[in-house]
Parts: sequence; C-alpha cells; structure tokens
Amino acid sequence: MKALCYNSVKDLRVENVPDPEIISPKDMIVRVTLSSVCGSDLHIINGFIPTVKAGDVLGHEFMGGVVETGRDVKKFVKGDRVVVASVIACGECHYCNQQSYSLCDNTNPNAYLPEKMFGDTLAGIYGYTHAFGGYAGSHAQYIRVPFADNGAFKVPEGLQDDSVIFCSDAFPTGYMAADMANIKPGSVVAVWGAGGVGQMAMQSAWLLGAERVIAIDREAYRLRVAKEKSKAETLNFTEVEVLEALKDLTGGRGPDCCIDAVGMESSGTGIGYAYDKAKQWARMENDRPLVLRDAIMACRKGGTVSIVGVYSGFADKIPMGAAMNKALTFKMGQMHGPKYIPRLLDHVQNGDVDPSFLVTHKMGLHQGQQGYDMFTLKEDNCMRVVFDPQKSLQHG
Amino acid sequence: MATIKIRSSEFIDRGVIKPLPTGSSYMNVGSTERIVSAAAGLALMYFGLRKFSMPGLLAGAAGAALFERGASGYCPVNNLVQRGPAKKSVETAEITKSLTINKPRTEVYQYWRKLENLPTFMQHLESVSQTDERRSHWVAPVPGGVGKISWDAEIVEEVENEKLSWRSVLNAAVDNSGEVLFKDAPGDQGTEIYVIIKYLPPAGAIGSTVAKLFNPAFKQMLKEDLRRFKRLMEIGEIPVSEAQPSGKKLAFGDTTHDKIEQAYESPLL
Repeated sequence: MKALCYNSVKDLRVENVPDPEIISPKDMIVRVTLSSVCGSDLHIINGFIPTVKAGDVLGHEFMGGVVETGRDVKKFVKGDRVVVASVIACGECHYCNQQSYSLCDNTNPNAYLPEKMFGDTLAGIYGYTHAFGGYAGSHAQYIRVPFADNGAFKVPEGLQDDSVIFCSDAFPTGYMAADMANIKPGSVVAVWGAGGVGQMAMQSAWLLGAERVIAIDREAYRLRVAKEKSKAETLNFTEVEVLEALKDLTGGRGPDCCIDAVGMESSGTGIGYAYDKAKQWARMENDRPLVLRDAIMACRKGGTVSIVGVYSGFADKIPMGAAMNKALTFKMGQMHGPKYIPRLLDHVQNGDVDPSFLVTHKMGLHQGQQGYDMFTLKEDNCMRVVFDPQKSLQHG
Repeated sequence: MATIKIRSSEFIDRGVIKPLPTGSSYMNVGSTERIVSAAAGLALMYFGLRKFSMPGLLAGAAGAALFERGASGYCPVNNLVQRGPAKKSVETAEITKSLTINKPRTEVYQYWRKLENLPTFMQHLESVSQTDERRSHWVAPVPGGVGKISWDAEIVEEVENEKLSWRSVLNAAVDNSGEVLFKDAPGDQGTEIYVIIKYLPPAGAIGSTVAKLFNPAFKQMLKEDLRRFKRLMEIGEIPVSEAQPSGKKLAFGDTTHDKIEQAYESPLL
C-alpha cells in the first residue's frame, strides 16, 4: 500500500509499504477514508519531538471502514464505518478504568522512552514517534487498530465523513480543554489558537455553558472563522496588546478560564518571542511557551489554565510567581479520546456542532508534503488539510 | 565441598536472603594465571572464530572456556583437583523494582507461583521447570545464541499470596537469590509487587566492578520483565508496534510477515 512517511526534517515522502496485518486478536484493520494533518504533527516534522525515524508512517486523526477483525474484537464487523481515537488505550489498566485513557499503562511498547523523558510511561499514539509507541500512522491506505473495541467508534448513519473525522482527535482535544477549564455559569473563556483544536474548544465551551468566548490568534482568516463558526469574540495579538485587551473586555477581571490550544511552537511578538525562537532554533529549549505565559498573566485570580497545546520538554520563563500568587489551577494533558467520543458523536448527530468547516483542503497522499507546507504556512486560508489515502491510487 | 545448610528462619525480613557463594562467584584461580588465561582465551577465540571451520570453531570454544576461566577466576578443573588459592568473598549485587498491577493479589501471585510461567514475561529465560515441591531448574540462552546456561533454585520461603523467596543451589552458573512480595495496593488499585534480586557477580572482584557498570542494565531488564508481567496480567498480551508497515528499507529477505511471525513467537499471543 501507499503511505506518507517521515524521511527527515521537513521531508515527507510517499512510500510503498507492506499492508498491515492483524498481530493481536484484539486488532482490526481499517481502510482509511480520511486522515487529517494536525498541528502536533508539525512538532515532529519540524524536528522538535525526538524518536521519530525515517520511514515512520505519520498521521493520527482518521476514520475509515473495517476490513478485517481479530478474533477477540466484539464491537465491530467487516464493513462497519468507524472513527478511531488517536490515543491507543488498553481499557483494562487503572488509568483506563478512570477514563484517563492517554495515561494508559499498557499500550506503549517503548514505555522506557517516555519513562526517561517524562518519568512514566504514556499511552501509544498512532504515527506519533517511538516515544509514543512507534505505531504506524493513518496517512496510509490501511491501518492496524490495536484494542479496537476500546478505541474505535461506529459512525451513526447519515453523517458525512467531513463532519466525523475530527471526532478522532481535534474535537475530543478541544472538548477536553473546555472540560478541564472549570467552566461555570458566567465564565468567560479565552482560547489561544484558532486552529482546529481551538475552534473545537470554543464550541465546546459553549456546550459546557460559557458566558462568553474570546479567541486569540494572529491569522485574520482564522479569527474570522472563530467569529462566524465558533461565535467567539476575537483578538488579533499582532494588532492589540492581548493582556490589556483581555482586561478591558472583562471588566478588569481577566478571563476565568484560559485555554492554551497552541503549545510549544507558539508565535508571538517582541523580545520574548525572539528569545525563545533563538533558543529553540539552537535546540536549547524544546518549547516556546509564549501562549502559556500570556494565559497565566491574563487569567483572573483563582482562575483555571487548561493546556492541550502540546509541550515536549522544557520551557523557560514560566511566570510561576503569577500562577502561585494568583492561586491559579493548572489542568492539562493529551486527550482521553474514548471518554469523550461517544458524546461528541451525539453532538454532531444532534447538529449541536458540525466540525466539517475545518476541512478546507482535501488531497491525496502524493500531495502530502504540499499539504503540510500549506498547513504550516497557513496558505489559502487553510484550516485543516485532510488526506484521502485511497485517492493516491490513481497517482504514482 | 562442605554442605551448606539452608534454614528458612534466617529469612524473616525483606531482602535478608543472600545467594550462596558456591558457583561461579567462587574464585580458585590466582591473579596472574587469570590474566594469562583471559589473554590466551581471547587470542584463541579471535583466531578460531575468524575461520568458520570445525577446527576453527573448536579453537574458538576452547578460547571461550579459557577466557571465562580468566575473567571469572573460577576453574572447574581446579575445583575438581582441589587446586588453587583460597576463596575470596565478593560483594553481593542487588536490584530491586516494584510495580502496581491492576488485578487481585491471588491472581497475580498464582501466576507467578507457577514457575513455568516465568519465561512468558522474563525475556532472558528460556524455561523453568519445577523438579519437586521446592526445587526448580532454570535455563537461559547465552546472549548471541552460543549455548545455554542452567542452574537449580530452591524455594526457601513461601507465604501463599504474599511472599515467595528462592535461592540458587550449589554450583549455579550465577549465584543468585530473590524475593517477591505481593501486597494489596491502596485505593483498590490492584496489587503492588516488590522484587528484590541479589546475585554474586560471576567474575569475582573484577566482576564487582563490572556488576556496578551493568547493574543499571540489569535493573532495566528487571523493570521490562515486570512490565511484561503487568501487561500479561492486565490485558493478556504484550503489545508490539514493530511488526507493522514502515517505509524504512527492509534488509534482503526481511519481510513484514517475518516480523509478524517473530512477534507471534511470543507465547503470549
């Protein structure tokens, strides 16, 4: 089959790779119909997350049709249309029992790597480096889905692929961001990053009862989408002083809930940005935590900072003084997919949220590099490039 | 050789049990002789194994034996003819690890207590067979696939569902002892297991240094073994990601199918 593989930093190639096979009785094989790029892929492609190897198949946000099931798979049969959580969870360990699926003890074959990097093992994630298990990703015609009964979900009749694909990762991530943000009646929620996850966080904030939602980004078109699709007030940080503007917008209090949907490669302005950019370029700092700093400084006293943007290592100049003295609550993590996906599919089916507006570009795998370039450079008002791996059949 | 008495009353507290210095940790070759043996052994191995022929292999094997004699300071021939300097005591190396398994204590204990199960998660063991109520025979392949080592062990204390301790009996390839404790984890999180393994470095005083160097690796090995145990208990399998599609160029004759076969070789799938 064809698959989009990492070759070296900012160099992706379509390769002929062997078809996946059932390895464990709990596996199933899915023929991928849609597989999305994700901002977190960029950290890998740009060389900031170690343990990626040439030949690794990328992609973790996908859906498709079941073509083969292992003998212990109970929930699915050949032909079922499924969306699959990007995080691979066993369903049996203590963490899975607590629905903290991304903390699964058992699905990472390379547990010793996160143990060294982070002090403990973490769940495997499709196509997301060997530290996260070394599982083959979804930018391929077929993918092996381990622990299928726990990670895959049947797509309700009548829903379009475009509306469902983001229930794999962006929607549960955004929803978890809002869920962790401690939203109460009257809460003002600020979301940094108006990409796929940020938009889903904004819409989830409404679902969870937010009073107001404020989007912060530098891309005018993304802020336009935030206003039109996610009903947010918008701030462009290249035009206004964000901390001041957030105070001015909230009666001088600041937002109750601050969501970082950007992570380690955030952009900014001024000297801080130049400092972090230089350190990161020299690989002296993995993470460029501009958004996190702003979120901490902007957050109202006693408020909550919820982090779903990805950080991989060490970050400098985190204003702990502000966090401590303002008594902030920090909540963060990779999303616990299977906890949220059923209710998100319900929301999509009920018409509460339709994430299909995020699909701005559809391509074949052979356009993989081009797709990621477009996504990185935010060309042509790109929100998300989504690959149709079957489309590449017609091309070399 | 004197008979060693094993009294289980000695082993009340955790980690009290110690391996008996009877096997390869016992030195009966003098220092100069050891250096000469090791050097000659290395030379024989080098020249023997350069040529892939029967005489070459024999020379290589003889070299390996000589080298081991030099490195370990133990010569079975000397032992037989009662030759050699007085024994030296060596430092006991110890590794400990603990892990929480989300299963009831009885289930976890019973799986471990059936010693035949141990190679399903202890990657460096080939087999364990229980020879009588207390004794068992352990076989491990030598890394690199050039033979096997084996030893006998004896259970010195057993408290059902709580504790199991053992130690290797006379003339073990590696003198070792160990203890596994099984405790209920707080807050309904299953079972905590605590493993303490002690061994006498096979290479005597030199070995103590080597053991210090390698102890972190052994510790990691034990950790990985326990992790496999946990996964086996919790999900009935040990997940793999290697045997699957990748764009990396495969070596000649190497196919994904072969890799899957290898994954299947694990007795757990």
